[in-house]
Formats: sequence, structure tokens, C-alpha cells
Amino acid sequence: MKPTRIMKRLLALICTCLALIAPVAMAADALAPDVLVRDVTNEVLAIVRADKAIQSGDTQRVIQLVDAKVLPHFDFRRMTMLAVGRDWRDASPAQQSKLTEAFRTLLVRTYSNALTQYRDQVIDFKPSRIADTDTRVQIRTEVRQAGAQPIGIDYMLEKTDKGWKVFDVVVAGVSLVTNYRSNFAQEIRSSGMDGLIRSIEDKNRSLEAEQARK
Amino acid sequence: MKKNNAASSGRAPVGRRLLPLLACAVLLGGCAGTPRNPDDPLEGYNRAMFAFNEQVDKVVLKPVAEVYDTVVPTPLHIAIGNVFGNLADPWIGVNNLLQGKVADGLGDMMRFLVNSTLGFLGVLDIASEAGLPKHDEDFGQTLGRWGVGEGAYFVLPIFGPRTIRDAVAFPADLAANSAWEPGHIPTRNTVTAVRITHERWRALGTEKTLEEGTLDKYAYVRDFYLEQRRYKVFDGAPPRVYEDFNGASAAPLGNGVDVAASTAVENLELLGMGGLQLAHRRSVDEPK
Repeated sequence: MKPTRIMKRLLALICTCLALIAPVAMAADALAPDVLVRDVTNEVLAIVRADKAIQSGDTQRVIQLVDAKVLPHFDFRRMTMLAVGRDWRDASPAQQSKLTEAFRTLLVRTYSNALTQYRDQVIDFKPSRIADTDTRVQIRTEVRQAGAQPIGIDYMLEKTDKGWKVFDVVVAGVSLVTNYRSNFAQEIRSSGMDGLIRSIEDKNRSLEAEQARK
Repeated sequence: MKKNNAASSGRAPVGRRLLPLLACAVLLGGCAGTPRNPDDPLEGYNRAMFAFNEQVDKVVLKPVAEVYDTVVPTPLHIAIGNVFGNLADPWIGVNNLLQGKVADGLGDMMRFLVNSTLGFLGVLDIASEAGLPKHDEDFGQTLGRWGVGEGAYFVLPIFGPRTIRDAVAFPADLAANSAWEPGHIPTRNTVTAVRITHERWRALGTEKTLEEGTLDKYAYVRDFYLEQRRYKVFDGAPPRVYEDFNGASAAPLGNGVDVAASTAVENLELLGMGGLQLAHRRSVDEPK
């Protein structure tokens, strides 16, 4: 009966190995950040190109699209922290999550709307060298439009336990996240962390009202 | 008694005492009313000029650009952009040469030759397709490369955001780029009008994003401009440092850069660090 025992053990071993490898392999699939950025971009742009409602500026529709396809790949807490800067440390956990929520809404509304402006630009994905040990990468893309200079759009991604997450978008050399910092710091100096939260929430409300009117 | 004396000794001393006080009040008031930013000592003036420019844009530039958008078909937009772009290439090349970027500068000259001939006077940008990329240079960037500090943020009438350095350099760009314009005044005016309209047309849509996505459009535009200029002067930003404000793992470098970013980053200081940063950037880009 020895061979069967060995076979059984071997089988168990193989099963264990497979069980161990499978999630790693799947994670590795989701892991390649350049592939992630390219796939998401291509998928979203294909939808926008085919959707007349989005092209004519249907806000609800484009926000739905962004919500489903894009947002899962963003780390808004990290983004908010970077936008706020050192004052983040002094904010209570409740303030931090309120701020993150408000900032997220602001960014999503604004840049979803920008997506409705997309027409026939071509996105070039620059080759990026990514080592297995990297926990933070920069994926470079370039938006080309006939008759204009290409605009660089870089995505900064960080490896988290939930896969790679974008935490900054750099357009033509300017971080769309940290560019808020001096303004936010000013807001905090004059009316405190709660003042900043209130300002962003007010802005969101007025945007929502404006978009509802259309 | 002393108090009385001073009060009764007439207007002059009161005036003498009041004046500095008043000046202080005005200065403090000015500071308290508008956010203080070390890059922006002229903020009071700048905000006023920004508001003026916004008004001009709303009333004239934007409506004209919108008409241009609907009336002119896309191929013509591209052709017009290419022609202006082509005429700008020699000056871009000169600036690249002045900055010691010989290959880029010669590339710009080649672009001009190729597009002016094979590209039908610049209507087609075949140089780009042939692998001669278009660059973005101006005299302000050249001065920056030479080590001239950027100075305060400064909003020009109509032309908008600049730094003092870029505002000083701007007439040279303007002169170089209008050298090609015909001597016939009405034609020249038309060319200028089309050029301004085309420039504005290119930015249609972005102001909506700015309006919606910011708490203070003025501050956002200013910070965007300043960071982008620094990026352009160095043909690529100094390496970005992302701090972790959860406190646990803040890198020592992160702190320093954060301070540098939130207080005025002297351009000269940046320039001095430029080489180092570029070297650092290269090593960061290298696979580990």
C-alpha cells in the first residue's frame, strides 16, 4: 500500500501548491500596473466613443461609467492625504473620512465631466520598466491630437493589498492632486479642517444643483 | 498728562502717528483679506487682473472661439494649428540652441524646413510623423535654464499667468513669432486675430473643469502655471516625492521637500539642485 500513500501525499502536496499558487497567479494578473492602466483606459474610451449620450454631456451616465470602471482602481484616501499635506496628521479620523468623501465627489464630478469632452484623441502608452519588487510605479501615457502638441498624462500607482491603486494623475508635469495643496492649506488656516470640508461639500452641492438643472 | 499733551499738540503728531498705523492696517488688511502665498506677493494686483482677464474672456475671447469651433471644420482647425506651429518652430529651435540642446534645436530647424516645403507651407506636420517631435520652448525657459530666477507670479493683461522672468522674456517671444507676419496692416491684424482665436479654441473645455473642480480658481491656475513652468524649464519635473502623512513612515527627504513645496521654492535654489535632481531621477528610473 506504500505507493498509494505516496500518491496520496503527492496529490495533497500538488493540491496545496495549487491552492497556494492560484491566488498569487491571479494577483499577478491584476498586478501588472501598466496593463491595468492600458486596459481600463481603452475600455472606458471605447465606451465613450460609442455612447452618444456621454458625448453630448450626460453627466449621470458618465459618472455611472466612471463609478463602475475607473473608481475601483483609485485610492482616494491617499489622494486626499496628498492634497491636504501636513495638516492631514492633525485631522481626526472622522474628519479624514469626511474629507476623503467630499474630495472624491469633487474629483469624480469634475473629471467625469471632462470625459464628455473626449473626441478622437489617441492615447499612447509609453513602455515602463517595472521590477517585481516595485511598490510604486509611474505609468506614462501621451495624449495625441492632430494639430496640437502631445500632452503627457502619467498615472502614479501604489501596490496595496487590494491590488495596484492610482493615487495621483500628473498632467503635463503637474500633479492634479498636490496642486490643491496650497489652496487647501489656506482654507484650513482661515477656517480650520471643518471649514475646508464644508467648502468642498458646498462646492459639490452647487455642482450637483447645476448639473440637475441641465 | 503726556497723553493730553500729545493729543492737544495739534494735528501733525497725530498724523505722523496715524500714518504708519494706517499703512500697517492697509498692509495687514491686504494680507488678511487674501490668502498669503510666498510665490505670490503681488496677489492683490494679480487677483484683480485675473478677474479682468476672466471678464474679457467671457465677453470676447470665448464667444469668438466658440463660433470658430462651430463654423470652421476640423481639418481646417488642424491646418491652421499646423501653420502657426510651423512658424513658431524656428524660434523654438533658437531657444533650444541657446539652452545648449543642439540636437533638439537642429531638429526644430529641420522640422521647419520639412514642413515648409513637403508640408505645403506648414499645413501638414509631416515632420512629426517622420520622427521629429515638436518641442515647447520659449525665451522665459531659456532664461530659466541660464539661472535667472523666476521672481513673483505676475498676471499680464489679456495674456494671463506669467512670472516676472517670463513677463520680461515675453516681448522677445512675441517679436520673434510675429516676424513672419505680413507688413500689410489689415492682413497682419487678421492673422493675429486668428492666432489668438485658435489659441483660445484649444483651451475650450478646460475652463469648465477648472470652474468645477476647484475651490479657488485663481489659486489653482496660479499653482498649476508655476509648477508647469518649473517642469518645462527642466524638461521634466524634479522627481516627485509623495509623503505619507499618516506619520508612520515619512521619509526624511519627504519632509524637506514638503517644506520646500509649501514655502517659496526659489527658482535659483531649484536650478542649483536641477542637475542633482535629474541625476536622481535617472537613477530612480533605472530598474533596481
